[in-house]
Amino acid sequence: MTDPSIVSATESKAIVSKTSATTASRSITPAFDSKRWLAIVGFVAIALLAPFIAQTFGGNYWVRILDFALLYIMLALGLNIVVGFAGLLDLGYIAFYAVGAYLMALLSSPHLTTQFAELAQLFPSGIHLGFWWVLLIAGPVAALFGVMLGAPTLKLRGDYLAIVTLGFGEIIRIFLNNLDRPLNITNGPKGINAIDPVVFFGIDLSKPQELLGVALTPGLMYYYLIMVLVIGVVFVSLRLQRSRIGRAWVAIREDETAAKAMGINTRNVKLLAFAMGATFGGISGVVFGAFQAFVSPESFVLWESIYVLAIVVLGGMGHIPGVILGGILLVGFQEFLRELAEPVQKLLFGHVYIDAEVLRQLLFGLALVVVMLYRPSGIWPAPKREDRPVTRTRSHTSRLEGGAS
Amino acid sequence: MTTLLLSVQNINKRFGGLQALADVGLHIAPGQIYGLIGPNGAGKTTFFNVITGLYTPDSGTFMLGGKPYQPTAVHEVAKAGIARTFQNIRLFGDMTALENVMVGRHVRTKAGIFGAVFRPASVKREEAEIEDMAHDLLEYVGIGQYAHYTARNLSYGHQRRLEIARALATEPKLLALDEPAAGMNATEKVELRALLDKIRQDGRTILLIEHDVKLVMGLCDQMTVLDYGKVIAQGLPQDVQKDPAVIEAYLGTPAH
Repeated sequence: MTDPSIVSATESKAIVSKTSATTASRSITPAFDSKRWLAIVGFVAIALLAPFIAQTFGGNYWVRILDFALLYIMLALGLNIVVGFAGLLDLGYIAFYAVGAYLMALLSSPHLTTQFAELAQLFPSGIHLGFWWVLLIAGPVAALFGVMLGAPTLKLRGDYLAIVTLGFGEIIRIFLNNLDRPLNITNGPKGINAIDPVVFFGIDLSKPQELLGVALTPGLMYYYLIMVLVIGVVFVSLRLQRSRIGRAWVAIREDETAAKAMGINTRNVKLLAFAMGATFGGISGVVFGAFQAFVSPESFVLWESIYVLAIVVLGGMGHIPGVILGGILLVGFQEFLRELAEPVQKLLFGHVYIDAEVLRQLLFGLALVVVMLYRPSGIWPAPKREDRPVTRTRSHTSRLEGGAS
Repeated sequence: MTTLLLSVQNINKRFGGLQALADVGLHIAPGQIYGLIGPNGAGKTTFFNVITGLYTPDSGTFMLGGKPYQPTAVHEVAKAGIARTFQNIRLFGDMTALENVMVGRHVRTKAGIFGAVFRPASVKREEAEIEDMAHDLLEYVGIGQYAHYTARNLSYGHQRRLEIARALATEPKLLALDEPAAGMNATEKVELRALLDKIRQDGRTILLIEHDVKLVMGLCDQMTVLDYGKVIAQGLPQDVQKDPAVIEAYLGTPAH
């Protein structure tokens, strides 16, 4: 027995969680207590009011930042399926975002019809499929791209997988950059503009609207649109996590050989992870295209992939609330730095020594190192429902084992 | 005559110049604990890997439950009815004990991605059954109270038990255990013996690959001894024990 006087805070918390687990008897879902509900209600209230608060204190610019924070959260939740659940390190994830965005751009802008006379004859008023249809198409198309990336990388693990996926991401970007000759499909580095906005029951989300006397800016409306999509993605992620497929993903992450021996068709299950992750990436891309009304290859550089990965890793791999927190922190951190870096330097030294952008990347790297050192499983990792500390570590860790064989 | 559960004949496997298995054959009747022993490098693990689809043999025939059995992909082996454990425990370390066993049900359940997302009544029922059975299996192997422990934090003996529970979750015809007693202390070995005995009494068939001759002798109904890839003895434990070839393989030839 442990002496009660030396029971640490975390242990006593674990004991509390044990009692709640036993009252929930045989259920794997933890018991919901009133505190938890309060936290959820508070979080929802803040999430709903956030854009109004941002608008009041920071103006439309900060509402846009919130929009982008949500977009990144959506992306990160998609990547979380691949990296967090299935343990497949994907450094080219932004490619699926690009696929979605360009799908929106090509199918809902005048670009293709101005380039190809034959198409212009077919669609005299231009191809304007609209956001909702493209959203429907983008899922399967991005999933297909996910499988295209997944298929050749099935036997790769760890670093090797990372290198190939990184290459895949770059291939997509370079294609987009160069597919303006001989046929101008993507308009190359100049990008595609005049993309149709989201129209929701006849309401154009890119124009200011008024509802019950409340002025709604485009940023505000897009915020709620993306919020609904994020909630959808969270819902799907949670359902997947607690399912036969979700368990198979985690099993592959933990020990692929053992997963195979348990009868899991690792090829199919891995491809499914790539496809699911890509679907969410593609959907985010469609929203991005419609929201920005402009896409160019510049938005899909390697740095973006790393950024999304950093959200997942810093937040807490495989833990959905952690990933959401990671998104909020990283996007928020970046913006605060952008606002503060130069004024603070001026105040302190009377001169700007380090450009805000450089400082951002510097601190970003530093934050990554610090988190990896002190909280290797992320800022908010999945909770463990243990009621005693680790007493023996005699058995090997399967991950090392897998890497060596 | 009852149909044999597993019947293996004339297995040959060569790695370059090394004949790892030469004409190995064995026949396991249902409800038996069948022991496979041999000194280090005798070919036990190679044989095991051939049966579980990890290696393709150069030649040989297999019958599982009276039907021809051709292990091609590793994941098909569990479906066909052979579940294994690993010599060096391979659990899903970050998952709870319960989830580990639930993964074992994968091969006998079928909910796909849409079932997972929309969770119709059939999937709900399936999930409840999976969880129930996993709890039962954990209790069966005697670690029911650790259901929500992370697998890597369980003690060594409990990890072994968990691995057996996970394998049992696939409803195997044959439970193949690769050196389950390795690294166990005397108490844990006695407990393991009791567990294997219980599994046999419940009508399951076990193939036991073991280093610990004492454990095998006391537990097995039939056994095969391998040395240098060849079967050197086969039969009842007490007969095998007296076989001069076995004594020689284990102790060496007496000095003259």
